[in-house]
Amino acid sequence: MNDELKHCRNVNENPCNMCMPMGGILALKGIESSMVILHGSQGCSTYMRRHIAEHFNEPVDVASSSLNEKGTIYGGESNLKQAIDNVRKVYEPKLIGILNTCLAETIGEDVERIADSYSAQQDAASPLLVSAATPGYGGSHAEGYFFTLRRIVEQLAEPVERHSKVNIILPNLSPADIREIKRILQLLQVDYILYPDISDTLDRPFLPRYTKLAQGGTPLADIKAMSGSVATIQMGMTVEDKYSPGQYLADAFGVPLYNIPLPIGLKNTDLFLECLQQQAAAQRVPLELQQERGRLLDGMIDSHKYNFQKRSVIFGEPEIVYAVAKTCLENGLFPVVIATGSKTTRLDALLRSELAASPDECTILNETDFAAIRQTAKEAEAVIAIGHSDGRYLEERQGIPLIRLGFPIHDRVGGQRLLSVGYRGTAVFLDRITNTLLEKRQKNYRRSLYETFYQEATEERRGDQCD
Amino acid sequence: MLDERMIGERSEFIATKGKQKQSLKCDADSIAGCVSQRACVYCGARVVLNPITDAIHLVHGPVGCASYTWDIRGSLSSESEMYRNSFSTDLKEQDVIFGGEKKLAASLDELVEKYKPELVFVYATCIVGVIGDDLTAVCKAAEKRHGIKVIPVQSSGFAGNKSAGYRAACDALLQLIAAAEGKGAALKEKNCINYLGEFNLAGEAWIIANYLREMGVSINVAFTGDATYRRLKTARQATLNIMQCAGSMHYLAGKMQEKYGIPYLQVSFLGLEDTAASLRSIAKALQDETAAQKAEALIQREEGKAKAAIDYYRQKLLGKKAAVYVGGGFKAISLIKQFREIGIEVVMIGTQTGRQEEYDAINRLVADGTVILDDANPAELERFMVEQGAHLLVGGVKERPLAYKLGVAFIDHNHDRKHPLSGFAGAVNFAAEVYATVCSPVWSYVKEQGGGCSE
Repeated sequence: MNDELKHCRNVNENPCNMCMPMGGILALKGIESSMVILHGSQGCSTYMRRHIAEHFNEPVDVASSSLNEKGTIYGGESNLKQAIDNVRKVYEPKLIGILNTCLAETIGEDVERIADSYSAQQDAASPLLVSAATPGYGGSHAEGYFFTLRRIVEQLAEPVERHSKVNIILPNLSPADIREIKRILQLLQVDYILYPDISDTLDRPFLPRYTKLAQGGTPLADIKAMSGSVATIQMGMTVEDKYSPGQYLADAFGVPLYNIPLPIGLKNTDLFLECLQQQAAAQRVPLELQQERGRLLDGMIDSHKYNFQKRSVIFGEPEIVYAVAKTCLENGLFPVVIATGSKTTRLDALLRSELAASPDECTILNETDFAAIRQTAKEAEAVIAIGHSDGRYLEERQGIPLIRLGFPIHDRVGGQRLLSVGYRGTAVFLDRITNTLLEKRQKNYRRSLYETFYQEATEERRGDQCD
Repeated sequence: MLDERMIGERSEFIATKGKQKQSLKCDADSIAGCVSQRACVYCGARVVLNPITDAIHLVHGPVGCASYTWDIRGSLSSESEMYRNSFSTDLKEQDVIFGGEKKLAASLDELVEKYKPELVFVYATCIVGVIGDDLTAVCKAAEKRHGIKVIPVQSSGFAGNKSAGYRAACDALLQLIAAAEGKGAALKEKNCINYLGEFNLAGEAWIIANYLREMGVSINVAFTGDATYRRLKTARQATLNIMQCAGSMHYLAGKMQEKYGIPYLQVSFLGLEDTAASLRSIAKALQDETAAQKAEALIQREEGKAKAAIDYYRQKLLGKKAAVYVGGGFKAISLIKQFREIGIEVVMIGTQTGRQEEYDAINRLVADGTVILDDANPAELERFMVEQGAHLLVGGVKERPLAYKLGVAFIDHNHDRKHPLSGFAGAVNFAAEVYATVCSPVWSYVKEQGGGCSE
């Protein structure tokens, strides 16, 4: 491998992102009793299922309209309708999300019209059909995720009476993280609609009976009622308006939108709780959470010397990258490379103001790939990397240990159990980092100190022996 | 109840041995909405070509196709690590509208400048087929510009199924072999063979090469496990092609026989029986008495060692029932025999891309009542695993969580595994893995909770 040369401009060399329909599937997996059909060729659904199954260690059923040459030339309407029929028969879902892949989008498939024409012929008991144009060339999985969420509310939300619930819109998190967020909401006695919710659907307990569709997910009735909530708290600082479900609810129904960072880190979690107290009339922060905050701070003190001034590389989806960068800054793990494969206009500006506090230069890479990330990390002499498994070459080839966080985690077990949010989650996340740094130090300090200081003494002793 | 939720069109693709007269339908397009476990044409091409270690594998299309196939296979290399990168032209909306040829040409220029490769494969994805980029012309021009080999792989995802991708890969390989010129290119050497349909997962090509070396037979080049451009160009020097994965390589083997007069022999190194039989048949095909004798000595020694190790597991596993769902038919056939070696009967067996003659062979081998499926989906796998009372499933990453959720043990027999299952050493590994998963204490807790398929 030649690492000396600069990043190519035309070639993407080892992608740091996936494509739009992947995000769409993840979003739809968090909806009650739903199935997904990818309108396109068979491979898309199979590859994405494979990736998701490996991360979550869960069965992931996604149908395809299996477009072949004929469908590509003459249009895929009959394939798509057949797919809907078959999915209904086997899975009996309440909602079917249809995602247009790059193939279907390029041949100009009007999925919305096809879905309408299908629905028109069906009875009242037929599933809701929602569609989203998510061509692979349209953006990364992060955009596909939020855009699909936006499309679902666009199609389902209807004017309802105002109620006391608050919409909580989440980025692509682990089921463990979502469970932690739910626990915090319960502790604060907030009445909420959590959207989407994969905490049960992609992390099922072992049960005596297997069901084709997992229990859990955001109830359809809740999604319909998001238009009447008192506010929307969206963990989507980096999300463009056109992809933002919260923005749609604000524009169409006047639901006030509060974009906040993911609650990873002390200050980000504080912000989440403050926002809940202000917007959702939450109870004052209960003792349990206060103690957890105290324990996190205690843990930060325990770790501070090991982490301080350790140069970090952070990569992944924009929303996660932003929260993790802030967490690193809090702990003196100064970021030297912050990178995302997604195209975002907001991340840069958000980070610049935060990074003012850092003594180290930081390169922000937008729409990038791992060739660029590795090169920049090497030049900046980073010692720790934080991101998903696709960054494993940083570890393998650059010797920079990788703290796995985000999606996909495919070279370790338990992507679904990774906990990183809230005070509790941050504490275990920080321990993962610190212990990796400690492990590296403990593995190497004898040799490195020996090599640094012992040489001269050895020569002297050799001299003694000669005498 | 389960029957009501079966898809009618699928019934021709499912058979129960002993119950039906007509043969199973296969080699057809997947039915829309059936949640097929198959991938696409691009996938078929990529799995076959990717183990060529010193080539640049450039995916012409949107980034996803490159992202999902980046270094997910367990193929090992003895030299270059270039194949473990995934390059993409990362087509964006503008490129789709105005065409991607310019970007492809520029990408090729950049990659050649940066890595100085001798060989580049350019894979077509769905979009390329639709917008009509002239892959062949762009590759030819780049070849001329840089004086290297740039081979287009016609693998638009929608143009058939995975098998069509195998064929596209074979066509690319044929181009490469034909391009090798000069007097020495076709000079035959004694006992020099090519090993087709072997991808060196976890070093499996090396295991077989060691056996053959002991017999005085050398592997000229494996297609495409641990292969390099230099070695592939010498493919015509071989006196015999042995072929393991017939699904992917049958077409190439046929073409090489037709064009270069190299005969081929179907082999399998899965399980003791097939490994021994394959070594014997290679010696026989080479008409080499010494090699045959050396093979006997090797078989006796290695089989003895392996049997001793496998016997331990066999005693623990006797009477268990297996379900198999793998990519190709050849592997499925070997697995039936291999399971018998460890005391297990196969009660459900299916493949993604099996051919008619392979299903006929499967039908002959299995016991009455065994369910045979082509292009199955999770609902069918679930149904038949439960109905047949399987204790374990053989499959790939997608199938694993389903087995576990049903309380059934699981064996990875996919391209991403990190442990060898070929040869005598692999047969012992296989038995050990089956034992590790079937006899784990975890299933007792599952049963206690009322889960699990059988018993």
